Amino acid sequence: MLKLRDGIAELYKKVATSLPPDVREAMQSGLARETEGSTAFSTLSVQTENMKLARETARPICQDTGVPTFWVKVPTGLSHFEMKNTIIEATRLATEKVPLRPNAVDSITDRNSGDNTGIGFPVIYMEETRESSLTVDLMLKGAGCENAGQIYKLPSEELNAQRDLDGVRKCVLDAVQKAQGRGCPPYILGVGIGATKDQVTKLAKEQLLRRLTDVNKIDELAALEARILNELNELGIGPMGLGGRTTALGVKIGVNHRHPASYFVDVSVSCWATRRGRLIW
Amino acid sequence: MVKLLRVPVSPASEEMRSLRAGDIVSLSGTIVTGRDKVHKYLVEEKPPKEEIPFDLNGAVLYHCGPVMRKTEEGYKAVAAGPTTSMRVEMYEARVIREYGISGIIGKGGMGENTIRAFKETGSVYFHTVGGAAVYLADRIKKTRNVWKLDEFGPTEAMWLFEIENFPAIVTIDSHGNNIHSDIERISMKKFLELTGR
Repeated sequence: MLKLRDGIAELYKKVATSLPPDVREAMQSGLARETEGSTAFSTLSVQTENMKLARETARPICQDTGVPTFWVKVPTGLSHFEMKNTIIEATRLATEKVPLRPNAVDSITDRNSGDNTGIGFPVIYMEETRESSLTVDLMLKGAGCENAGQIYKLPSEELNAQRDLDGVRKCVLDAVQKAQGRGCPPYILGVGIGATKDQVTKLAKEQLLRRLTDVNKIDELAALEARILNELNELGIGPMGLGGRTTALGVKIGVNHRHPASYFVDVSVSCWATRRGRLIW
Repeated sequence: MVKLLRVPVSPASEEMRSLRAGDIVSLSGTIVTGRDKVHKYLVEEKPPKEEIPFDLNGAVLYHCGPVMRKTEEGYKAVAAGPTTSMRVEMYEARVIREYGISGIIGKGGMGENTIRAFKETGSVYFHTVGGAAVYLADRIKKTRNVWKLDEFGPTEAMWLFEIENFPAIVTIDSHGNNIHSDIERISMKKFLELTGR
């Protein structure tokens, strides 16, 4: 497990210091859409310059490494308990070596643990796989955008939103309108639809693992994702909320069956620096 | 055109009063950092000025919880972008008035109470790019001093940084102009149109 620990620490470093190629490309296309000399253009220029510098010098793109979140597919026979301990050890190691900012704060005493580990910290989701290899997905997203997330219970009179896909569209527009520039746009939006609050929140965040180039397998959702993305970019909020055409880089929607009496929609907002990566072992 | 500004600076100075929302500035000199814990402490505990190892009068306060590395020459900022300013809205106006802060560097803008303090004192809001942690850390040339490091930890401590050509845009000035509320008004109009209300 020592080698795996070092592999996961290395994954931390890669994820913290370099953005995935699809996000880098989307940022470049955003830059091409904005007018040279505008605030939006200069903001995107600094952001793209920063991602290049971070990669070249192997320093964290953002000082806020957020709450590290893992999705692990564990082959049959490998202990989930051991796996969790290995991730925790790797977290301690990476915090010191990369370095990462320690973010785990005791909710009662307000003390920072200093190594990014604590109760339920990092967040680890595990499931068994029939595959022979282990897959570890890691996402780092800052608290500024995490705080901008919203959960909705449809129908909503305030939003004039019914229990249908058009209602979902209104929820996403509302979340971004409320967030303005506070969560570091251009944003990537993960949306979860389903029966219970806990389920849609996890589903929404999982959507952020999808590549921006990924097209939803469900036609209705693929069309909705494209429509919402266009409409978000019509809002004029722009990079860092200072105006412009690039408010969002992508919208990804996941769906579960719902209860006849419930229609929950969770919108997970991610900043432009959506840091994710995968280790296959 | 970029306006060059040496800090610290008196908020009541001609130079500060002449700043307008939309001005692109480049800051050089020294700044202090402060986020959630520092603000709460300053307002709730009201420490005497002698307790703080550096002068906050005229200081620019950067909303930032940096990644710091201890080296042989002292602490170095590895990554140091802005944090969301609205979280300290309930404290900021009092901090500006009591300690003579001349400007806030942050992201996302601030609320009515802080804006009132800007108008009264001449201080302004400097907006800088979120997530540009490495780019901005490279404008921090030296760590001069730190306060509350042991008690608050490196993220929440107040650092005194020497900066050179630190880029920012004035988005809220001391005359009532506010780019954030302008943008929110525009996007609200579009939002209502798109949601059919």
